[in-house]
Amino acid sequence: MSANIISSVIQAFVERFGAQHSQFRGEDTLTLSADHIVAACLALRDEFGFELLSGQTAVDYWPELTPRFHIVYQIYSIQHNQRVCLRVPLNGNAPTMPSLTGVYPNANWQEREIWDMFGVRFEGHPDLRRILMPQDWEGHPLRKDYPLGYEEVQFSFNYDEIDRRKPYAKE
Amino acid sequence: MVEQTEVTLDELRHLVSERALTGETVLLNMGPQHPSTHGVLRLLLELDGETVVNCIPDIGFLHTGIEKNMEAKTYEKAAVMTDRLDYLNTSGNNLVYCLAIEKLVELDVPPRAQAVRVILAELQRIASHLVWLGTHALDLAAMSVFLYCFREREMIMDILEMCGGQRMMSTYFRPGGLWRDVPAEFEDAVRQFLRVFPRRVDEYEALLTHNPLFLERTRHIGVLSKEDALRWGVTGPALRASGVPHDLRKAMPYSGYEQYDFEVPTHTEGDTYVRYLLRVEEMRQSVRIVQQALDKLPYGPVRSNNRKFVPPPRSELGHSMEAVIHHFKLWTEGFSAPAGGVYVAVESPRGELGVYLEGNGSPKPHRVYWRTPSFANLQVLPLIAKGHLVADLVALIGTIDIVLGDTDR
Repeated sequence: MSANIISSVIQAFVERFGAQHSQFRGEDTLTLSADHIVAACLALRDEFGFELLSGQTAVDYWPELTPRFHIVYQIYSIQHNQRVCLRVPLNGNAPTMPSLTGVYPNANWQEREIWDMFGVRFEGHPDLRRILMPQDWEGHPLRKDYPLGYEEVQFSFNYDEIDRRKPYAKE
Repeated sequence: MVEQTEVTLDELRHLVSERALTGETVLLNMGPQHPSTHGVLRLLLELDGETVVNCIPDIGFLHTGIEKNMEAKTYEKAAVMTDRLDYLNTSGNNLVYCLAIEKLVELDVPPRAQAVRVILAELQRIASHLVWLGTHALDLAAMSVFLYCFREREMIMDILEMCGGQRMMSTYFRPGGLWRDVPAEFEDAVRQFLRVFPRRVDEYEALLTHNPLFLERTRHIGVLSKEDALRWGVTGPALRASGVPHDLRKAMPYSGYEQYDFEVPTHTEGDTYVRYLLRVEEMRQSVRIVQQALDKLPYGPVRSNNRKFVPPPRSELGHSMEAVIHHFKLWTEGFSAPAGGVYVAVESPRGELGVYLEGNGSPKPHRVYWRTPSFANLQVLPLIAKGHLVADLVALIGTIDIVLGDTDR
């Protein structure tokens, strides 16, 4: 019964939304375009009984630009005890895609986090502000071209050189 | 880089009601430095007298960039950061991260390690619920419960320290098993805890369950319907208190949970009081699981002997060249995982704790995403807070049981 629901989801999605199916370590992933994601999630929720949007995140494939990002949705069905993963590839450095808040309201914070961390805009989102970083932060930290900051260690041979450009609190 | 805009109060205008603009209602900050927000949570409240009209949570004060940091570490070295996410459920975080690695690289875990993982994860669940119960009661002015809860929590912390050398951040679970076997005195310490703990739960219940003051503060407060809970992605005790008997330990058993006999307590009222009853009952069920796991704790190795992923024991280094090579490779470069993503979720004390781990063929993860229950469950706070008094808001923050380290990651 529950194995059937996954195969019927796959069949319906391939036919209706042109999705591509792949399997890795027993997890089913459907890759589809951003235009279809809202209709696909509506179908998942209302026809196939996937009630819960477990998680939503993004993956950055920089320096690749087509696609640069993948938005990954983990959707779970409590009644069938099945999980399905949807992936949406997005091109370019500042992509936009439709928001899922109309289907799963809890996408609200998840999408705010993706905007904050990856700089992917969600159209139709009611409140797309940064969520974790300060509101005036520049850049999107989880992008691959965003450096992981660190402080250089001062040794005797490079003490003065680092000291010259080290930021000190103003007196 | 995307253009940044100046932040003004206008940004929040769509979140508050019309009456806030005319001055009829008052905007008030609660937190981030407030004793009852359980950490650094800031709530922007729109108040009509003492009634909450709107509640806008503001999080991120404890953001530590763990997801970004993990991308710069090898798989095994990144494990120490998992403890720091949800600092009340450190074993659970280790567990889900190790399960994800084990799924990604197809690594087996010996039965003894699986059983010890279950014992410690359940003890950690009890410890987490004890902190929750103590602080929740403290918020509602029942001070003594806090002292009793922390007394029992300390017994669990001692057991964790005995195993991993640390009370809280032990990183005792490693990919492929455990860091080392449990010490000889482990079994006695756990049995001692199991002997005294059920009576102590009765004591907490004697203090709270029929206490008229506690009932007054919790009954019919913050009612969350089944439909709303599902729509907002609420999991864990809050979902079960709203009538959905969903527990990942039963639904998708991991680490051998299918061998143990336990019940998933469920209520239908969905208010603060039944969420209290449910968590107390969960502590009793966890005791049952620990008892069973300890009774049939198998003997044998506690870490996989797949030398491509697990370093050899120290004793082998003296006489095996191959062991030296494996040791050197694993501690300098680390093991590589194939390209591909896996999602693994476990039932943490707060709900579904998931990790999406994507490899790219190198020894460092390409992306680690934490689906943390506190983040997901906190979103429902504005919904259940509307129309309640500020004093009840304190109860509501307690009842959804958030850990800010888990929320902000």
